[in-house]
Parts: sequence; structure tokens; C-alpha cells
Amino acid sequence: MSKFRKKKKGMPAVNTAALPDIVFMLLFFFMVTTTMRETDLKIDNPRLPSASEVKKLEHKSLVSTIYIGKAKDLKYGSSFNRIQLNDKISTADEVPAFIINARSKVSEAEVPFMTTSIKADKESSVGTIIDIRLKLRDVNALKISYSASKTAD
Amino acid sequence: MARRETPEINAGSMADIAFLLLIFFLVTTTMNVDSGVSKKLSEKPPADYVPPIIKEKNIFEVNINRNNELLVEGERMDIKDLQEAAITFIDNGGGEGKIEKGVATGPCTYCKGERSEKSSDHPNKAIISVQSDRLTEYGMYLAVQDQLLRAYRELRNRLSMEKYKTPFPELEEAYKKDKQNESLKKKVEDIKISYPQIISDAEPTN
Repeated sequence: MSKFRKKKKGMPAVNTAALPDIVFMLLFFFMVTTTMRETDLKIDNPRLPSASEVKKLEHKSLVSTIYIGKAKDLKYGSSFNRIQLNDKISTADEVPAFIINARSKVSEAEVPFMTTSIKADKESSVGTIIDIRLKLRDVNALKISYSASKTAD
Repeated sequence: MARRETPEINAGSMADIAFLLLIFFLVTTTMNVDSGVSKKLSEKPPADYVPPIIKEKNIFEVNINRNNELLVEGERMDIKDLQEAAITFIDNGGGEGKIEKGVATGPCTYCKGERSEKSSDHPNKAIISVQSDRLTEYGMYLAVQDQLLRAYRELRNRLSMEKYKTPFPELEEAYKKDKQNESLKKKVEDIKISYPQIISDAEPTN
């Protein structure tokens, strides 16, 4: 008994047993909040063209994204002009429905601020973009943003 | 007699492991900010719409063919010279500006161009028309748009420096932060009206 008592002498160490818990909590927080991507890409990740006159897209909830690029699934061929709306490969004819659907999710007052972001591969052809643009004009979705990465001057 | 304690697993390095993971996630997850070249489409014209007649000299024609080659005002050009050419065209100021709400804007007082008879009359009359082939690569198309926007930025910036001694992006930024500021608003509008961005997309060739 007396031996034990001797051991207890000296400065008690700070208990760090809870430290891993705190760090894990932080870890989980980061893992959960950083969403990788909202939609599954059915096309190869588009290689965005670069431009210097880019503006940041604000109000993420008001942005609907159209992807254009090469389909991952080989049955769609290897051209760079496949269009992805939501999470499936579509055609330009389905763009109005896509926009109207996106509109129904926001309030009436916010509709004029809605932006369509076009994420197209740099090898896509302008014809595809123009088809989409005409469809967007038909449903009066006039604000668009050609997604591009920023280059230095 | 004291009972022998079960040996505890040393959890001291647990924190290190967790930290390592944490740092890994912090570094690898890039919060990608979406950015892009923003553009406003024109509204759908009514069926009986008759396009206004525009003088040939007020149109700056840019053609991109399916081999991604550039034809500017009937001459082949390299993309790096486009900005320069666009500036020369917009900033020419060879004549009277357009009549806005019954008020004639008169000749361009801030233009530094050659005031040539053959080029644009006034920045608010100068139209840049981009025509591309359906098979033009999107990357090239956007590069052209970018160059044209740079031309406008350069001109706006120059005017802003001259009039208000601040670069235009700074002026815009300040206005964005303080939307109620009337004098800032006037300045921004003034610069924008002085050099309006008129870039039109012509029907593509097949």
C-alpha cells in the first residue's frame, strides 16, 4: 500500500484523452460540409476553357448548371457534344423543361436573377452551345455564364 | 493486496492520427468557386421585327471558321492582335453618337482614336458581331469573347482613371459594397454608358 502512495506524488498530467474526440469532431465536420459535387457526372469532367474576364457566380441556389462534354458511357459515342441536365444525358430539346423545373424551386421574385451556367469542354462545338442558347431564349432565361477558369493576364 | 490493473491501450497517438486525417481533408477538398464569362442574351424578337439598318462602318465583323481561324473585317488575324484591333475600332469616334431618348450624344469627346471616316462613329454605335461556324471549338469561341471583353475593360479602365482617378474594377467593387451610394452609382453608370458592351452573336454558318 505504501508503495502505491509514493507513486501518486508529483504533478498530475493534463488529461488529453478527450483530444482525439475533439479532433475527430472537426474531421467529421469537414468531411460532411465539403460536398464533392451535387450531381453525378455522366460525362467526363469538362476541361474548362480559360479566360481572364471571369466573374464569380453568386447565389449558388439560383444557378442551374448544364454540362457539355464527352459521355462516359461509350454508347453515346465519343463526340464532345453530349449534354447533361440534372443527372442524365439529354438533348437540347429538354433544356426548357429543365429550366422551368429549376424555376419552380425558387420564389417568384428571384426568377429574374437566375443564371444558367454552361460548363462545356473546350473541344465542344459552338453549334451545341448555340442550340442551347436558342432554347434558353425561348424560355426567357437570359442570364448565362460560360464557365471558365481564370488565367492571369 | 492491490488488484493488478488491465494494461490500458495507449491512446496518446490517436490525436496525431486524427490530426493527420484532418489535415489531409483540409488540403484535398478544394472549395471550387464557380466562375465564368457572364453574358446576357437578347430577348426573343417578335415575329414582325425588322432589324434596324446599321452602317457597315459601325460593325466590326469577327468570323471564326471551323478550323478555329480568325477573320476580322475580311482579313486573317491572330487572336493576340484581336484586342488591339477591337480597341482601335471602338475608340475611333469618327462621327456623331446615337440619339438616346431624344438627346443626341454628339461626337465622342473622350475617344482617343484616329477619328477615321471609315471606322465606327461612336462607342455607343460600335457593334461587334461575332460569327462562328457550328463546328468551331468552344474554347476558341470563348477566347474570342474574352479578348473582346478585355478590349472593353481596357477602355473603361482608361476612362475611369482619367475621370475619377480610380481603376474601373475598384469603382465597381466599391459600388457593389455600398449600393446606396448615389455618386458611386452615377460614376459606374457613366463609364458603362460611355463604353457599352455591344457584342452580338450572328447566326452561325454550317
